[in-house]
Parts: sequence; C-alpha cells; structure tokens
Amino acid sequence: MLEIKNLHATVGGKPILKGLDLSIAAGEIHAIMGPNGAGKSTLGNVIAGRDGYEVTAGEVLYQGKNLLELEPEERACEGVFLAFQYPVEIPGVNNTYFLRAALNAQRKYRDQPELDSMQFLKLVREKLEILHISDDLLHRAVNEGFSGGEKKRNEIFQMAVLEPSLAILDETDSGLDIDALRLVAEGVNRLRSADRSMIVVTHYQRLLDYIIPDAVHVLSDGKIVASGDAQLALKLEDQGYSWLEDGGIEAVAG
Amino acid sequence: MTSDQNVQDTTSVDHFVQQKYRHGFVTDIESETVPPGLNEDIVRWISARKGEPEWLLEWRLQAYRRWLDMQAPDWAHLQIDPIDFQAISYFSAPKSDKDRPQSLDEVDPKLLETYDKLGVPLHERARLAGVAVDAVFDSVSVGTTFRKDLKKAGVIFCSFSEAVKDYPELVKKYLGTVVPPRDNFFAALNSAVFSDGSFVFIPSGVRCPMELSTYFRINAAETGQFERTLIIAEDSSHVSYLEGCTAPMRDENQLHAAVVELVALEDAEIKYSTVQNWYPGDENGVGGIYNFVTKRGDCRGDRSKISWTQVETGSAITWKYPSCVLRGERSVGEFYSVALTNNCQQADTGTKMIHIGRDTRSKIISKGISAGRGQNAYRGLVRISKSAANARNFTQCDSMLIGKGCGAHTFPYIEVGNPSAKVEHEATTSRIGEDQLFYCLQRGISEEDAVSMIVDGFCKQVFRELPMEFAVEAKALLEVSLEGAVG
Repeated sequence: MLEIKNLHATVGGKPILKGLDLSIAAGEIHAIMGPNGAGKSTLGNVIAGRDGYEVTAGEVLYQGKNLLELEPEERACEGVFLAFQYPVEIPGVNNTYFLRAALNAQRKYRDQPELDSMQFLKLVREKLEILHISDDLLHRAVNEGFSGGEKKRNEIFQMAVLEPSLAILDETDSGLDIDALRLVAEGVNRLRSADRSMIVVTHYQRLLDYIIPDAVHVLSDGKIVASGDAQLALKLEDQGYSWLEDGGIEAVAG
Repeated sequence: MTSDQNVQDTTSVDHFVQQKYRHGFVTDIESETVPPGLNEDIVRWISARKGEPEWLLEWRLQAYRRWLDMQAPDWAHLQIDPIDFQAISYFSAPKSDKDRPQSLDEVDPKLLETYDKLGVPLHERARLAGVAVDAVFDSVSVGTTFRKDLKKAGVIFCSFSEAVKDYPELVKKYLGTVVPPRDNFFAALNSAVFSDGSFVFIPSGVRCPMELSTYFRINAAETGQFERTLIIAEDSSHVSYLEGCTAPMRDENQLHAAVVELVALEDAEIKYSTVQNWYPGDENGVGGIYNFVTKRGDCRGDRSKISWTQVETGSAITWKYPSCVLRGERSVGEFYSVALTNNCQQADTGTKMIHIGRDTRSKIISKGISAGRGQNAYRGLVRISKSAANARNFTQCDSMLIGKGCGAHTFPYIEVGNPSAKVEHEATTSRIGEDQLFYCLQRGISEEDAVSMIVDGFCKQVFRELPMEFAVEAKALLEVSLEGAVG
C-alpha cells in the first residue's frame, strides 16, 4: 500500500525528516509514536502534500504510484485521507454540503457518477448509524463551534463517507476525554478493512488500547528509531522515550 | 431663450443646442449624446429634453450652483486621479427615446437582445420570476413591465421622468427630502444633471405583490450615468426592490453618480437590494466605473423599517454608504454588505445609522473581501442622538484577505449622545486560511472550488438577505470576480 524510502523533508528550510523508511501493507494499522518535535505531524503533512513541506530526498510510493508528483487534491482523490490534529472551521459552509462536494470531486476523478442530494443523504445516514453520530452534525457549518470531541468525530465521519485506502490519523486522540476517545476509537475500528491501511499518530499508548495496531514505530529526530508490535507501545508508556537514546534500540528492533 | 419655452418641443431644443455647441451632438444609430462638459445650459438642455416643469429646472439649477462651490471629497481611503468633470458627457439616450415606445413590442429589438445577454428578465421570464423590471439604459428608462398588475394593487412603479409628468405632486413632495442637493458633492452633481431612474410609490396598507427590479446599464463611451431613485412607502406598506448594474469593458473610466432616496412612513418596510457589477477595470487598473453613490433611507414613521443589502463586486472605485435615518420611534435600520475588490479595485463603503427616535435599532453586517491588489475599506457611522433613548446598534465587520498584495481597512465612527444606548462593534480580519484551503484540498476539492466555497460561507449572512434569484446571481458573480485570485 505505502512504501516510504529514505524520506528527507524540510519545513521553512529546517530539516525535519531525515531518512525515514516505512512500509505498510494493505489492511494494516501502524502506530507512530515519538517525542514532541520528532516529525510525526510532518510525516502526515508530507504524505498529504501540504504547501511548505518540502521533500528534499527519498520517495513515497502509494499503490505503486509516486505520490510526491501529485497535487494534494489528486492525492485525496487517489484515496489518501488525513484526519487533522486541528480540524479548521469553515464558517458558513454547511458540513453536508462540504462533504458532498468532496465526495463528488473524488468520484468525478475516478470516473464514477456523482451522487445527487438524495443518494448522498442516504449514504450519510448509513454512515452516521454505523458510527453512532447524531445527525445534528450535518446541519452545522464545517467544524464551526464544534467541541474538540465533535471535531475529531467529524473527521472520522468524513473518513467513513470518503472511504480512503490510506488514512493518516494525526493525534486524533489529543484533547479527548476517555469517553470521547472510546467513541472515536470505535469509529476507527469499524472502518478497519482488508483494503484500507491506517497510520495512527499518537503521543499516548491509551489510544492503542482501543485501536490495536499491527505495528508500532518510534519516530525520533526525523527517523524511525524503533519498530515492534503493540508491546512496544506499552513499554514506551512505562519507560518514556529516553531509554531509546541510550542504545536500547537493538533491544526491540526487528 | 430659456428651455421652458421649449418644454414640449425637443426637436427645436436640439436645434438650439446644436447651434450653441460647435461640436454638435455625437449621435449615431443607437444613441444621442450631449457633448462633454457641464454648465447651466447643459442643465437647461437636459431638463428641456425631458420636458420638465419649471420648478424642477430651478431645483436642478440651484443644485448646480451649489455644486460649483463644492469640492470632491478626499477623505475616503481611495486613490483617485482628479476627475475632469468637463470631459464627461452628461446625457446619452437611445435614439428611439424620441418616440417613446408604448410597450415592449415597440422597443428596439437590438436593445432587448442586449438585455437578454445581460439576463434581464424582461419578457416572459420576468413573469415567471415574478419580477417587474425597469431597465435604465445609459440615461433613460426603457420599459417597465407589469405596470398593469402593479396598478391594480395601487403601486406606482415607473421611470423617474414619467413620475415627474404623471405624479408631479408626489415627486415635488419627496424629492430631495432625504438626500438634499447640498448633501455632498456627488449628490449635488446628480441633482443638477440626473437623467432618469425609478420611482416607486406604495400606498397605505399595500404589500407590493412582487419584487420590483431595475437594471442599470452604462453603454455609451465617455458618458456619466446619473440616475435618481425615489421610493415612498406609505403607512403599513411593504416593498422589496432590487437593482442590478453592469457596464461594458472600456479603457477609460466612466462616472456613475446616483442618488437613491427611500421614505418609510409609519409601520412601513422597504427592503432594497443591490447587486453591483459595473466594469471594474482590467488587471492593471485601466478603465472601470467610478461609482459615487448616495443612498439614504428615512424611517420617518414610527416602527418603520429600512433594510439595505448590497453585493458590490464591480467598479474601479466604489464610494458608497447606504444609510438609515431612524427618526420614527422603534424604527429599524439594517445594512448587509459584501464588497469584493480584486486586481486594482478600490472600495470605501459602509453605512451610517443615525438614531434619532427612541427605541430605535440598527444592525450592520459588513463582509469585505480583498484579493489581488484590491483595497477594501469599511467606513461606518453609528450616531445615537440625545433624543434616541434606548437605541441599540450591533455592528459586525469582517474582512477576508486573499493573497498578499491586498488590504482591508476598517473605520468605525461611533457617536453616542444618550447614555441609555447600547452599541456593539465586532470586527475580524482573516487571511483566507491556508489551513482552510488545505483542508478542502485534502478532501479532494479543487482550489478554485475551495476558494469559492470558503468565500460563499464567509458571505452567507448577507446572501441570505437577498431574494432567491439574486442570491444565486451574487454567488456566481463572486466566483467570476475571484477567478485566478489564488494560486
């Protein structure tokens, strides 16, 4: 699904990613953990193609295609979805209208017929039901006046409607209380499928209690410094990141 | 020789002026235009050409003499080269006006074709849309639809010239009572040379059965357009009025200086909507309309209400402050505005809410959008007079910047003369969020669609005040006006 090789990227001229390698197979969930400033959010933004994130070396192959050649909206249409850490508000733009515009743009890109409002509404209602989200969300402007939990849930809801092949969840758990966290995690779990891969970026192990990853990677100073299974996350929770810097890498890698 | 001797005989007036001015008339197949320049004789000629009564000529001449002593205002946040008022022609009429068409069937088909292109619903489309249209082409009014339907309801909707002929008492009673000729430089100029415009009278207790609409078009080169609109809503009446404006692309600047006066008596309500799309000039700021407009509504009666909604996307220069004088007790004034400047456009626009009566309320929602090198200023005055006990005002003034070369400016003036007043002012300025844009792109929406979606959302509070057909047009206009503004 996703193959990242020796990825170097700068933000404002400052090197952030310094030779990152990552390989994710279809259907897998990989968690990326690491201290502040390690480059976790940068990775998501580089994959999604955000302006200002400059790739200086390396490659990103997605379903065999060179992702870095595509415009951000093309990447989205190819099935790359970023659940934002801080979803922005777009005042006055209705949430349903926005999502329908997005879905139809993607369908058009894939030469699929666009959905009219009735078809779209039907689809949306199905997804709401699966995620146990109230349809109150549909009538409001995009993220405007949403609580932190509502914003994150809205991201997952969008993901459910857009059905991406690769989803990057950027600190989707941050700022959530335990109930909200559980709701979001349940949503994510329902969207797990054999043809959908996910990258879950998080600071805390607790999210991984609910979303069990196939692999856990530790990102530090722009590189993956350790990889392992779900147990690695527990160890990080217990011992922090400092032990990794003391040559502990080999102990868990591989 | 004075023009009133020739009131009914336009041919001999033509002859008279032709003799007097060596340049003669610039007359081609379609239109008849006076030579550039302004003096008392031109004022007399216009008045005679329109067959006006003596009192109106006097009124014009007084305005003209006042104008001579006045200076063009320079306080606005606008950079304008001095305007040579002697280089402008002050009257231009489609030639067929001489034998004024009695019905639309008699209107020059070419003219109707032009309106068709503009999307003016003059024919059956108008009926479908339920809109009565008065179309002002250059300086004269071409035809008013649905007059019969309106007449049945007792509503008068006609060109200003006709009103002068058919309802002189009404015109005399109200003309200049809201915007006196001495009010400002451009109002004085308009009062001296105004050519035509619309006249609306809604009698007591009548709810106007349809939206009334005027379409303005400046066509001839080097002409100014000076229309004058007067709307009177008697006790407990209601009217919604729309105006649309366009002009062709020309390299030189064209002057538009209109005056609009609204009078709302007891319990009356007037809703006035504008979608202005005069030619804005090209991307280097060459050409475009200079739009200097004085619009004011007088809430004369208790519990009356006047609501202005404007979408300003055109013009090289916009200088415009639709205002409300809240004289009647518990009267209400509203102003909803979207002003967009792209390329080298400049806008200095806003409103004045003058609270005089007690328990008066006003609301101002202003949305300024700047792109390219556009400069957009909101200028608003809220004045609470001593007599205006318990007056309330709420002002929300939002600016959006697209790109880095543009500017947004806010000049709120608040004068409170009564301690019981409550005045609120909220202002925000945002750059069209890179974040918002990326959010849309990341969901697969193209940049162009994303910008128009964000801008549309930004303007929603104003758009929803517009009648349906106009809201759609306004949205489309913004999209066209913003083409290529990003990226």
